Amino acid sequence: MKAVTANSENVYKKPKRNAWKVFKSQRYLYYMSIPFVIWVFIFQYLPLWGWTMAFQKYRPGLSFFEQKWVGLEHFRTLFQDDHFYQVLRNTLAMSLMGLVAGFIVPVVFALLLNEVRIQVIKRFVQTVSYLPHFVSWVVAAGIVTKMLSADGGVVNDMLMGLGIIDQPVQFMAQGKLFWWVVTFGDIWKETGWNAIIYLAAIAGIGPELYEAARVDGASRLQQMWHITLPGIRPTIIILLIMSIGHLLGTGFEKQFLLGNHLVIDYSEVLDLYALNYGLAMGRYSFGTAINIFNSVISLILLFAANGIFKRYTNESIM
Amino acid sequence: MEAVKSTTPVGGLNNKLQAKSPQDRILWIVVYVFMIVVTVLTIYPFLNVLAISFNDSVDTIRGGITIWPRQFTLKNYDLIFTYEGLITGFKISFLRTVIGTVAGLVSGSMLAYTLARSDFQARRFISIFLAVTMYVSGGLIPGFILMKELHLIDTFAVYILPGLVSAFNVFIIRSFIDGLPYALQESAKLDGANDFTIYWRVILPLCKPALATVALFLAVGQWNSWFDTYLFNGSNESLTTLQYELMKILQSTTTSATNSQDAANMAERMAQVSPESVKMAITIIVTVPILIVYPFLQKYFVKGMTLGAVKS
Repeated sequence: MKAVTANSENVYKKPKRNAWKVFKSQRYLYYMSIPFVIWVFIFQYLPLWGWTMAFQKYRPGLSFFEQKWVGLEHFRTLFQDDHFYQVLRNTLAMSLMGLVAGFIVPVVFALLLNEVRIQVIKRFVQTVSYLPHFVSWVVAAGIVTKMLSADGGVVNDMLMGLGIIDQPVQFMAQGKLFWWVVTFGDIWKETGWNAIIYLAAIAGIGPELYEAARVDGASRLQQMWHITLPGIRPTIIILLIMSIGHLLGTGFEKQFLLGNHLVIDYSEVLDLYALNYGLAMGRYSFGTAINIFNSVISLILLFAANGIFKRYTNESIM
Repeated sequence: MEAVKSTTPVGGLNNKLQAKSPQDRILWIVVYVFMIVVTVLTIYPFLNVLAISFNDSVDTIRGGITIWPRQFTLKNYDLIFTYEGLITGFKISFLRTVIGTVAGLVSGSMLAYTLARSDFQARRFISIFLAVTMYVSGGLIPGFILMKELHLIDTFAVYILPGLVSAFNVFIIRSFIDGLPYALQESAKLDGANDFTIYWRVILPLCKPALATVALFLAVGQWNSWFDTYLFNGSNESLTTLQYELMKILQSTTTSATNSQDAANMAERMAQVSPESVKMAITIIVTVPILIVYPFLQKYFVKGMTLGAVKS
């Protein structure tokens, strides 16, 4: 976590004094920070302690020392459950599709938007494009369902009007289409927002590079390919690493809100699995085991992605 | 977006020269067609929902409503404003948005200030302590158990307390404070101000852009949140939020269409009397507050988003 502490040295440093004296002179800083440190400890670190539940036969109401330890039993149950592999497949499939889409589409959008030279249009399109980011997934899911509905949904109407299909597609009732529904819903909601960072990075590219390219006779497309794209490469890679780290933690809101009983074989993801088979049934220990599996895989992916990119591109977040 | 603007002259100078190349003309067409498609795809669904919400609900069943109501009526809105759950929902959502945002701003900025002080002894420790939370979290079930043990279930506090300190927001504000001249703090100190006074009187007023960004994130997060209601307060009708009520009503359609039994009572009753048009009217009610604040804060969030993402 270099970035976090990177600028600790660059500002004026006081000569070394007695630590206690410094502590006393900085007591206000401590007053201002310690309550929140305690806060973070309680709400962010204590749940980590809750991981011990996965190795116990946890029963609510008993103290930590009264719980029965069962070792890896819950993990064994988990890995022997066929349903778990289906859920893992769904999680990975939707995460990967989301990763590719949530990452290529915004880059393309930013590149093309950057080519719009009329400021008014550019700003208008950009403003419009963030809009869906600010509505909740509840609203977004309602809208997606409405647009895809078989009676009167605009997508079906359009496809029928164009003669591509001759009867409405039941988008929300077919498991095989569910992954695509989620992915396109995500693209619709987040593309504009995700593009902000790329646009900022593009703005940081020196104009003299474009000048030079033009002198060499490069076309707009060539400038895009040889200057703009390499210019935002570091940003792309850092965001890619971060999203790989969040691959399994991709959330379950979309799946929860867009899913229904007909598509459950394709819509259930790890967190929903933990919710349905852990929390709802009171199997806390089993649910926690699922949470741990999720976190561990995410961390492994994060470090792996970081390592690979560090090696081949010299970009990394740690 | 001043930053983005700066690249314009480069292209502008070149426009005439570029227009001659056929390859660039194709690019030009692709770009503008793409922009039109994006705009339509983004706006159309909202306009469609709006139109349906103003359309007579019986007539809506015939389908074919695009961006203009066919039989204009305000009945749908009349109907939903008589729904008790919605009024409570609005109150709770409003309260949690205001309280959550203010509390989050105070905690975030205070912590950020101490972390921006390069001479602060505990700075490195707290930074790392905080950064870890961005990558590791206990997960759903340990979180739920914790709320249970702390007796936060079925309380309003569960909307505010767990998310009070967000590492991401702290780092956004800290990056901003880092960019302010250190001399300001030095001179205040010479005038005898203590650290808290410096934070309150010197730093906070200068932080407005960063605070506005974080306020937007917090407010939108609070307003849009429904899962904590589902998890902790779903059965307590006096504490449910607007998003949760909307979720129940929208979900009940999908589920009642597919013969599910687990939809909540209220939602089921509502679903039986709530045709498409009424549902869309509720969707609009839930969305409008966001649409109102959004243009005011837009100039800040682009900056804030960039700052936060690049530095943390």
